[in-house]
Amino acid sequence: MNDMTTLTKPRVETVLKDWETDQEVRWCPGCGDYAILKAVQRTLPQIGADPKNAVFVSGIGCSSRFPYYVESYGFHTIHGRAPAVATGVKLANPELDVWIVTGDGDGLSIGGNHTMHILRRNLDCQILLFNNEIYGLTKGQYSPTSREGTRTPSSPGGSVDHPAKPCAFALGSGARFIARAYDVSRQLPAVLAAAYNHKGAAFVEIFQNCIVYNKDVFADFTEKKNADEGQLWLEQGKPMLFSKGTKGIALDREALTLKVVEVVDGDWQSAGVIVHDVTNRSVAHMLVEMPFGLFPMALGVIYDAPAPSFEQAVVEQNAKLAAGKTADLQKLVSQGQTWTVSAGPATDAARRNTAVRDIPAWIAWARLIRPS
Amino acid sequence: MATAASKTTVPLAGDDAVPEAVVVRFAGDSGDGMQLTGGQFTLSTALAGNDLATFPDFPAEIRAPQGTLFGVSAFQINFGSSDITTAGDAPDILIAMNPAALKTNVGDLKPGGLIIADTGEFSDRNLVKAKYEKNPLEDGSLARWQLLAFDISALTLESVKPFGLGNKEALRCKNMWTLGLALWLFDRSREPIVDWLKAKFAKAPEIADANIAALNAGHAYGETAELAVPVKQLHVAPASVLEGLYRTVTGAEAISLGLVAGAQLADLPMFFGGYPITPASAILHHLSRLKEYGVTTFQAEDEIAAIASAIGASYAGSLGVTSSSGPGIALKGEAMGLAIMTELPLVIVNSQRGGPSTGLPTKTEQSDLYQAVYGRNGDAPMPVIAARSPADAFDCAIEACRIAVQYMTPVMLLTDGYIANAAEPWRVPDMASYDPFAVQFLDHVPEGGLKPYARDEKLARPWIKPGTPDLMHRIGGIEKEVNTGHINYSPANHQAMTELRRDKVLGIAKGLRQDVSMGNETGKLAVVGWGSTFGPIHQAVRRARRKGHDVSHIHIRHIWPLPENLGELLAGYDQILVPEMNTGQFKTVLRDQYLVDAKPLNKISGQPFRIAEIEAAIEGMLA
Ligand SMILES: Cc1ncc(C[n+]2csc(CCOP(=O)(O)OP(=O)(O)O)c2C)c(N)n1
Ligand code: SF4
Ligand SMILES: [Mg+2]
Repeated sequence: MNDMTTLTKPRVETVLKDWETDQEVRWCPGCGDYAILKAVQRTLPQIGADPKNAVFVSGIGCSSRFPYYVESYGFHTIHGRAPAVATGVKLANPELDVWIVTGDGDGLSIGGNHTMHILRRNLDCQILLFNNEIYGLTKGQYSPTSREGTRTPSSPGGSVDHPAKPCAFALGSGARFIARAYDVSRQLPAVLAAAYNHKGAAFVEIFQNCIVYNKDVFADFTEKKNADEGQLWLEQGKPMLFSKGTKGIALDREALTLKVVEVVDGDWQSAGVIVHDVTNRSVAHMLVEMPFGLFPMALGVIYDAPAPSFEQAVVEQNAKLAAGKTADLQKLVSQGQTWTVSAGPATDAARRNTAVRDIPAWIAWARLIRPS
Repeated sequence: MATAASKTTVPLAGDDAVPEAVVVRFAGDSGDGMQLTGGQFTLSTALAGNDLATFPDFPAEIRAPQGTLFGVSAFQINFGSSDITTAGDAPDILIAMNPAALKTNVGDLKPGGLIIADTGEFSDRNLVKAKYEKNPLEDGSLARWQLLAFDISALTLESVKPFGLGNKEALRCKNMWTLGLALWLFDRSREPIVDWLKAKFAKAPEIADANIAALNAGHAYGETAELAVPVKQLHVAPASVLEGLYRTVTGAEAISLGLVAGAQLADLPMFFGGYPITPASAILHHLSRLKEYGVTTFQAEDEIAAIASAIGASYAGSLGVTSSSGPGIALKGEAMGLAIMTELPLVIVNSQRGGPSTGLPTKTEQSDLYQAVYGRNGDAPMPVIAARSPADAFDCAIEACRIAVQYMTPVMLLTDGYIANAAEPWRVPDMASYDPFAVQFLDHVPEGGLKPYARDEKLARPWIKPGTPDLMHRIGGIEKEVNTGHINYSPANHQAMTELRRDKVLGIAKGLRQDVSMGNETGKLAVVGWGSTFGPIHQAVRRARRKGHDVSHIHIRHIWPLPENLGELLAGYDQILVPEMNTGQFKTVLRDQYLVDAKPLNKISGQPFRIAEIEAAIEGMLA
């Protein structure tokens, strides 16, 4: 997908250790954030990332502590605003690899607006949204992704709001790359590498277990015993099979929706199972909208169709508008209609010059209507 | 065809008096092009060598219903021979394009002043819209003034007939007809306006020609009227200004140019993040056209994203700049704290307008001073400087950039709606006379290891760009450890860091000397101002001094930290008067800092001070 970036970014050889900082990690023992951190630190050497060019920008939340633990440049900003800060970083220096780390509250509640705009602009960056369906850092209030009925200190009777679907929101905002994984999934590094290799905004929803305030909310598909029925791992060019290949996803041509079909003896073709095409936006919409329970959870790279990125467009336009012009401060401040104040009278020639007019400072006339 | 009224007299005091200055106000419907007319008249005035100041005053509505009182748009210009620092108190001449314009403006006109009115617009319908029961041009209610009323509409239609424009389009040329008359009145050349029209309507030459014809017709009408009414030429003495190259500049232009100059002097690319808001948008517009100066402009999704992106850009090694007006500045508050905590350079321009909330979007006020100095959570010290005039805004913008990069701090630059929109002549500066302050990024591991929060003699920390080898580090809004910049919540460390941030900003005052703009270093009364009140204070103090009063004018650019000698200076006066377009914010700061009995003079009408108002307060205090 991404030959341009891989060509221009020289590979740097590093090992996992090079990406660890000396800072004490301050997540609760057993928090899913640890696994995600390790997966990222494992991915960075694999993709040949350069520590000096990597910038991790985060908002506020447990998840947003992430930059402190990665040996690269890091900016822990303010609640919800990481995409906006990252936009400035990338526009100021398009050579940098920008990673945004955010939470379901940070990225979809207070920062939902910025998430929408960074996606529609398509800034080249990776957006890792750690979705634990809860406000972890503030001690467990329900979040915009919490399921209806979630009981928390601020919703003792159960939350009544309808949850947001991060991937559907991202697609609706114009994202050109959508992927999904969970904290301890083996495939997470591969998903992160795909996000890195996509030029443009790459949105990755990572289900993350907050063992203190929202323990095991994803167990229905992440637990080993539920994995076969609950997980649909998507792969480009491969049929959408799950449950050890005995079930697949097909198109219900009457209803124009997806449906689960039985696959007998591996004959997925005759069952009508869809072959995953990461560039098919319509199917991507249907995949992220599949109600869990009736369907498995779609995981992996759901959509990947690059489009020109924002910072590239800005750089190109700036160059175009500046082309042929020179930066001359003295000329700049002297622009517009100017005139010279001099000690003596002006010549007619100078008077007629529209750029610079010599006006005699010793005389000016005002003609006023007088009584008869 | 209408003829000029016969009963016209000099609108200025004294038959043979030489006017020091003339104030003209153009007023019409917001669709009548009064701002354009005023702008072109300003240009011709500048070209005639007069000093000048302008005050554009337009409605908040883009297209207010035609003919209504709230749809009136006005442009005032004060020009003349002495140094002009205000748009003038009362106009000598009012050009009223319709009944609503007459009604809303005539009250300001000097007694004996001249009204020029377009009878063609004084229809029954328009009179009703302006809430006139009888036609004021006919009922004698304007007897206090001189009246020159004739059918400008019909004269305009007549003059553009050959161009075959529709009635509506043809009437649009009315403002040029009126401008032609005004140019004749003050013996101004039409040439630059003709050039401007040709350039403006290059793609529609017939429109250009029609406008030029209207301009010429208005001028010719003046010549004819000259025959009908005896006219005497008055000699206006020259403005005694420094020799050199001049141009007109608005505050918004001057700030944009100053920011570009500041970034160049710092040897940095500039990143400007903005979100449209009146009256700050003009800066975004100007900078968007200056890409060849290494300027990147970003129209963000809101003010928070605008400042956050500017902080991100500063972090990555550009000079981050953001700009807004009161409501947007309020939204930026939390992010300013982030810039203070991460000690990154940033310039925040606040073009103040009437508040609170949406307030008076197109009117001027100085009521964001508390917000600028105090308006953030935590002990969050931030330098604040204020521009006094459109031209002064250029140097202030450079100063803001210098402080930001030398002290690694956000800086707020205060202007207001008046400065942003008003135009004044500006002596083009010699850029070679500005000392560069090129930024040195940290690009190697210093002796003793990397310490992102180590400090230089100004207490500034090093600026380290991502992309620099071996200097990877993390910053953020959580309290930093002294020197290392690691997270540290310990009581002693927070105490030390809070004091460091305070002392760093206070240190900017070192070497800042406050001078006296006019008058003496001690005396009976000091009038202390800041920002756009400069003009009226200056004139009022001048008038009072001419009358023999012991009064001086001190005008403060550095609002925070205040100049190091200010306390001592203020102690030398018996009384202190602080005129402000708010309820007394700077007065409170002065009282707090110096325990002085600063007396407030407040105006919160959305309009600049009149000279007479300040003069009266001075006389009241010295009585
Ligand atoms: C302006 C502002 N409002 C509120 C907070 C308090 N706050 C900090 S984190 C957070 C929610 C974080 O939730 P999420 O993004 O899901 O992160 P998590 O802790 O779950 O990883 C809130 C409300 C804040 N820091 N700043
Ligand atoms: S509160 Fe939850 S999300 Fe936060 S660190 Fe603890 S387990 Fe992790
Ligand atoms: Mg969360």
